[in-house]
Formats: sequence, C-alpha cells, structure tokens
Amino acid sequence: MSERKILRGCVALAEGAIAAGCRFYFGYPITPQNDIPEYLSARLPQVEGVFIQAESEIASINMLLGAAAAGARAMTSSSGPGISLMQEGLSYMAGSELPGLVVNITRIGPGLGGIAASQGDYRQATRGGGHGDYHLIVLAPNSVQEMYDLTIKAFYLADKYRNPAMILSDAILGQMKEPLSLDPPPLVLPEKPWALTGARGRKAQLIKSLYLADGEMEQHNWHLHEKYRRLEREEVLVETDLEEKMEVLLVAFGSCSRMVHSAVELARSRGIRVGFLRPVTVYPFPRQALREVSREVGKVLVVEMNTGQMWDDVRLSLYPGCRAGLLARPGGGIPAPGQILAEIENLVKAGDGIDESVYQA
Amino acid sequence: MALTKVFTRPDSLRDLDFHFCPGCHHGTAHRLICEAIDYHGIKKKTIGIPGVGCGVFLYNYFDLDVCEAPHGRAPAVATGFKRVLPQNIIFTYQGDGDLGSIGMSEIIHTANRGENITVFFINNSVYGMTGGQMAPTTLPGQKTTTTPYGRDFRTEGYPIRMTEMLAPLEGVAFAARVSLHTPSQVKKARKAVLRALDIQLKNGGFSFVEFLCACPTNWGLSPRQCIEKIDKEMLQAFPLGTYKDRQGS
Repeated sequence: MSERKILRGCVALAEGAIAAGCRFYFGYPITPQNDIPEYLSARLPQVEGVFIQAESEIASINMLLGAAAAGARAMTSSSGPGISLMQEGLSYMAGSELPGLVVNITRIGPGLGGIAASQGDYRQATRGGGHGDYHLIVLAPNSVQEMYDLTIKAFYLADKYRNPAMILSDAILGQMKEPLSLDPPPLVLPEKPWALTGARGRKAQLIKSLYLADGEMEQHNWHLHEKYRRLEREEVLVETDLEEKMEVLLVAFGSCSRMVHSAVELARSRGIRVGFLRPVTVYPFPRQALREVSREVGKVLVVEMNTGQMWDDVRLSLYPGCRAGLLARPGGGIPAPGQILAEIENLVKAGDGIDESVYQA
Repeated sequence: MALTKVFTRPDSLRDLDFHFCPGCHHGTAHRLICEAIDYHGIKKKTIGIPGVGCGVFLYNYFDLDVCEAPHGRAPAVATGFKRVLPQNIIFTYQGDGDLGSIGMSEIIHTANRGENITVFFINNSVYGMTGGQMAPTTLPGQKTTTTPYGRDFRTEGYPIRMTEMLAPLEGVAFAARVSLHTPSQVKKARKAVLRALDIQLKNGGFSFVEFLCACPTNWGLSPRQCIEKIDKEMLQAFPLGTYKDRQGS
C-alpha cells in the first residue's frame, strides 16, 4: 500500500534515491539545492549509507565515478555553477560507461547569476555538457511526485544503459511542498559484472576512456552513439493533453509546464482549442511525438524560463509547415498563466502569420 | 645440476616489456608496488587508480582491477571506491603534475579526511607525457620546455614539497619520501611501500609514498647523468625520510 506524505521537492527526490537503493552521496553546498545534502546527511546513516561533503564539485563527481565503477548506486547534486565544474567528470563517466545520478536544481546563469528558478541549463544538460561525443539521460520532473518517481527511474535507466543520468529540476520544484505517494517499485539491483571489485575468481578488469590505437576511438564513439539511438527509440517519456482540431499546441517542460497547463485550461474555458505537450525526458527528446502532433496543428507556442533553448529542439522536430513561437522568461521571472493566455489569444488572432517570433514578457 | 630461480617477476606484474624510456624509474616503482602486493597476498582485492601521465599505462602492466581517473582526481575516485569497498585495498599512482598541480585540492582533502587508501607519488620534477613542461616540483634553475631560461623562483615560485605538506595533517598515518636512484635506496623504498600498504590493511588511515625518479628524455640527460642529478640536486630540494609513521596502527 502506498504511503501519502507532504514533502518538499528536494526531500522527495532524496527519498526517491533511497528507494532506488542509492546508498552513496557525494556533494558540495550550493544554493538552491542544499536541502538534498542536508537531508541525506541525516538519512543515509539510518540505512547504512555513506554521505561525504566533498571539497568541491570536482571531487564530488569523481567520488561518484569511483563509487559507480565499484558497482554501487550513487549520486551527487548541485546547481548551475557546480554542475559546470562537474562536466569533466561527466564526460569521463560517459566515456567509461559508468552509471550514476547527477541532480541539477538549476539557478539563473550565466556566471554566479542568481538563485531563483531558471531553465537556462537545458542546453548544457541535453547536449552532453562536457567534451566529446556523448549525452546524459535527462529527466525533467514537474511535480514533487515526479521528483520522487523520476529519481527512481533515472537510477534504473543509468544502470540499464551504463550512462550517467541527470534530474534537471529547478528552485521552484526543489523548494515547494506537495502531497505525493511513496509507492516505489520493488528494488531490483542489476548485476554489474563489469564493476571493479578486485580480480577474485575472474581475470583483472579495466575501466577507462582512453583509446589510442588506430580506429579504436571511432569504434567506441559509434558504440556510444548506438546506445543513444536506442534511448531515442525506447525510452522517450512525454505527457500530452490534446484536443481535436487544435488551434495552438503549447510545449513546455519542468516547473514552467505547470503554469502552461493552467493557461491551457484557461484558454479552453474561453473556447480556444489548445493542446499541451511536455517532454518528461528532455534527452532523449520526444521528437517523434512532437512531429506527429504538430502535423495536426499549424502553430506551436514554446514557453521556457530561458531565451529559447528547448525551442531549438522543438523547431527541429516540427512537421514541415508548422511554426513555433517562443514566450521566454530568462531571468528568474515565472510566466504567469494570464500572460501565457494573452499570447495564446494573440497567436489565434494572428491567422497563419506566425513567424517564429519571440514574445518577451 | 638443477638451477634454482632466485629472482623472478612479481605475480602481480604482467610479463610485458615496459614502454618507459631507458633510465626512467616508473618501471622500478611498478615492480616495488607489485612485490608488496604479492607479499601481502592482496592481489585479488587490490584496485589501482592511475592518474593521467606516463603512469596511466599502469593498467597494461599490473594484473589487477584498474580504473582510470581524470587528471588529478585519482584521490577522489579512490575515495568513492574505498567507501563502497572498505575491505578492498585501493591505491592511486600519480605524477607530480597530476598530484601536485591540477590535483592539489583532491590530494590535500583526501589526506585530511584520513581516507584509508595509499597514494604512490612519482616526482620526476617535470611533466613527462606532455613533453617536458615545468612541474610544481621543477627545481630552481631547471630548464623545461616552458621554463627555457630555467625556473625562476621570482616568477614561477619554488618546488612544492608534498610529503612535508601532507605529513602534519591529522588524517595522515604514513608519509615518506624515497628515491629509486641507487640499489640501497630501492631497498628503503621497498620497505616504505610495504609499510604503506600494511597500514591500509590495518585500517590505519591515509598512507603516502613519494618516489624521486628520473626522466632522462625530458631532462635531456643520460640515465647515468640522471642518477647524478638526483644525488646532487633532487636530494637537496627533496630530503629523503619517513616524515610520519603513526605508531600503534
């Protein structure tokens, strides 16, 4: 029977990690994600886990690399600037095919930026972020329930694909409290015959990302590429709320999608036929779903708390002839449902003349 | 008449030719570590973590589980391993650029946490693999490809003495500097390596062995001249000895 609780997003995420069998956390303080390390520093010892406050995010990600190579489910969390420092380690983990979870409770960038919610790390998260030809598996929750559920999911995907996974969240989701059901799937820890545990009863093993012989690196990159193609075929998660004969399709992810969905309901109450599509995995991005839906609708409005990073992915996915405008709030401001509704109404009135415009709030 | 084998390759060291340059001491350090692993009977539970540099190819030579670490980050990677596998023996093998420059933060904090791991530090006063640039351990006046007029302490600072820096930290159980340039020094180095791993086996805390080594290729000297340089110059800048050996562990 599932347990009902009211939890803060960061705490729900931490409990999701525990439910997924994660017993190792390495992290460095940074706002607005400190609830995660503070909570886990108390919680992990209760389940015979290990919490280390590392000397830097660089150390955190490399402790995660070591724990992952030893076969454990392990995680770190941080925010913007700290995630930037982790990019070297993430590239090594992807190159060495090591699973692990990195949580980004994003803040506003670039630079020291600000601590309010932002979606400005979308591009860094979905493109790989560090050097070389790789992706992270990136899940973007939009509720406290999903902070819990998708954290569990991320650990399973990371292990299944031997690739680091990321929860791309933000300060709103991290701080807000909502009711949720704690209903974890049965804990199944996969066998990891590749893990380094000492060469007892088998030959010595090696985990590395260095390949110097002719052609080795090209072969390795094609191998990684095939993994990403498989992710795109098999692991896309998308939420849709569609109607017949839609005039406009709204696309948003993460906390922003909550405001967008409210605006969709407002628009419908005024008789406007509006659809809603939310990528839950932002990598792999739901290209196919978006292409199919956009076939039925000529106009798309992307709403993001950045200057249009996911907008690029949307435009790459649309059915030919369908155009996408952008409503962007890149500075910690939240697009209010009324503001989004006003843009929906403008788009409907604009006839066919939407020209991939950017609507500044 | 039957011949008895009195000297053989350690079991933990694979039967391969080293890629190291003639006169380089990496091979000697490799052998000493493998001898100690054999002596303690820990081959099947030891995991090696080389840093980035000439030592990264340790994974070709050591018949152990090995995990590569990003440049300078081996102590953090080792921390992750040790916390998951506290019963295993975990060591890093790092050069002077890796440990004393880019990885300074990781080595200091890993030592300060008293992580129960062993760090082997190869100090040859130069970046070997990248082609002979200045290292944090480069001697005053030493010419490298990035100090073509010799290291000037007024603009490039002084050689960093890692063993002296780490030894006072409470988390450090053992810290020694040894050299590999003469047979008698190799014998002392062998003891230090054995002791360092022994401390880890007894959960004694962080253990650290610094090896003074030659890099004939990047020093532009013959192996014999390298030995003279270690004897006359490196021993002055980097005095040998056991700087800490916590008793009772």
